[in-house]
Amino acid sequence: MLTLAGIAIIAIGVVAGFNPLLVVTVAAVVTGLAAGLSLHEVISALGKAFNDNRYVSMVWLVLPVIGLLERAGLQDRARALINRLANATTGRLLIAYFFLRQMAAALGLTSLGGQAQMVRPLIAPMAEAASEARFGPLPDPVRHQIRAQAAAADNIALFFGEDIFIAMASILLIRGFLAGNGIEVEPFALSVWAIPTAIVALLVHGVRLWRLDRQMARTMQAVKP
Amino acid sequence: MITLSFVYLLGGALFTAVAILSGLDPSNPKRARTTAFWGLMALSLLLGDRISDFGNGLIVLGMAVIAGTGGLGKGSLTPEAEAERQAFRQDRGARIGNWLLAPALIVPTTALTGTLLLKDLMVGGVHLVDPKQATLIAMAFGVLLALAVALPLIRTTPLVPLQEARRLLDTVGWSAILPQALAALGAVFALAGVGKVIGDLTATYIPAHSPLAAAALYCCGMAGFTILMGNAFAAFPIMTAGIGLPLVVMQFGGNPAVVCAIGMLSGFCGTLMTPMAANFNLVPAALLELPDRYSVIKVQAPTALILLAANIVLMTLFAFKV
Repeated sequence: MLTLAGIAIIAIGVVAGFNPLLVVTVAAVVTGLAAGLSLHEVISALGKAFNDNRYVSMVWLVLPVIGLLERAGLQDRARALINRLANATTGRLLIAYFFLRQMAAALGLTSLGGQAQMVRPLIAPMAEAASEARFGPLPDPVRHQIRAQAAAADNIALFFGEDIFIAMASILLIRGFLAGNGIEVEPFALSVWAIPTAIVALLVHGVRLWRLDRQMARTMQAVKP
Repeated sequence: MITLSFVYLLGGALFTAVAILSGLDPSNPKRARTTAFWGLMALSLLLGDRISDFGNGLIVLGMAVIAGTGGLGKGSLTPEAEAERQAFRQDRGARIGNWLLAPALIVPTTALTGTLLLKDLMVGGVHLVDPKQATLIAMAFGVLLALAVALPLIRTTPLVPLQEARRLLDTVGWSAILPQALAALGAVFALAGVGKVIGDLTATYIPAHSPLAAAALYCCGMAGFTILMGNAFAAFPIMTAGIGLPLVVMQFGGNPAVVCAIGMLSGFCGTLMTPMAANFNLVPAALLELPDRYSVIKVQAPTALILLAANIVLMTLFAFKV
């Protein structure tokens, strides 16, 4: 029972507004202590796990490239590109990006996309520019809403596309876990069952993005006298 | 053989530069703390394999304490610097035009081709790169290649990309390492046997009398536990050992492949709704300079809830076919 103290600490700590990094670290130490490890053993276990998972933080390697290109006006370029497409709207653009991102992920191409690599420098400015071309200057809340939509489209398309690819980490994890419990499954048998949810995700989020354009038109009408 | 050590060396160099540049940034109100935080990260990347597990643990504790007691500072630009940047953008924009988009595509393209080609490339009977890590290693090469192309194209010094990386990391702050810390937490939870305790508790206190109820319990458990852990991968072994296998598969005869595949996707629904999944939810809010750091989660939540319900239905429909 005491082993669950760490979960309680996470729930309470985050709701109470403590720094999540501190909360997570405290939760790990308390859980280890509750399971009967010594303080030295807990800190060592945490350190080893942190060291083994350093690859998780290597997404940040791309920051110098993105920063440099933005300094030279990458976002302006993305905007200019969208302004040349007369029929582009925020909703249509994000539906197109969602579809491409989901298909690419389903083929295992998860590195095509991402928040730092694609959304901030290219997709978000394009989505903003599409609405600016239609409605003129946008008030800040609308601008922020569009950016959040761009980030969400990237996440949802990735999550519900990648599991269709047989060599994805989550498929390997499931297979390894089942093998450890004496159940052998083929990767294909797992990935094929990611397809129904992927279709539902495309439909549900596609409809929401399609409605976003009408919603935007209404908001902008209300803003303008 | 080129391994992850090469990637960590580059990462260590980047975070060392960020630590130094933060320390030299007079507009950052907390530069000592900011330098210490990124300095510890650089230390972990450069020396993590040489120092003891305990030493690595102390690095984690140090970073958590810095983040939890006052946090990191952020640099700001003077109006003159802002104007200078604007002029630079206009000048380079006019000169380079759409060619600027090319280096942006180098990193994903190299990561992709590298994954496909480098994986099986043998030189003198050994793999040129560690096949298990081909994507990350190829991405690191892509970053170097993109810089090699972009620097002469933009005509500027190598200090500029590092300074810009420092500015971007200023906006992301401590949440940059939360995903890694959560992965470490998952490992400690596994060591402590948290999964077994949860499974025993569920079996004792929450009855499930039908396949639908069992599927709903497992899917909601995956989503809920992912919300707490910030990562479906951490929740999966715990929830599947506790509920998925004993209840949905053993007791009600669910097909394990269907149950696990859709169970994992239910976890992803949780990922869309939790601030603990910082890299997907908080980091973009920071990168896009959104005033409400939960705004990405708010946009995602309706889709996530509909998909969670859909997963329960799909699992009930497909897992229990005789």
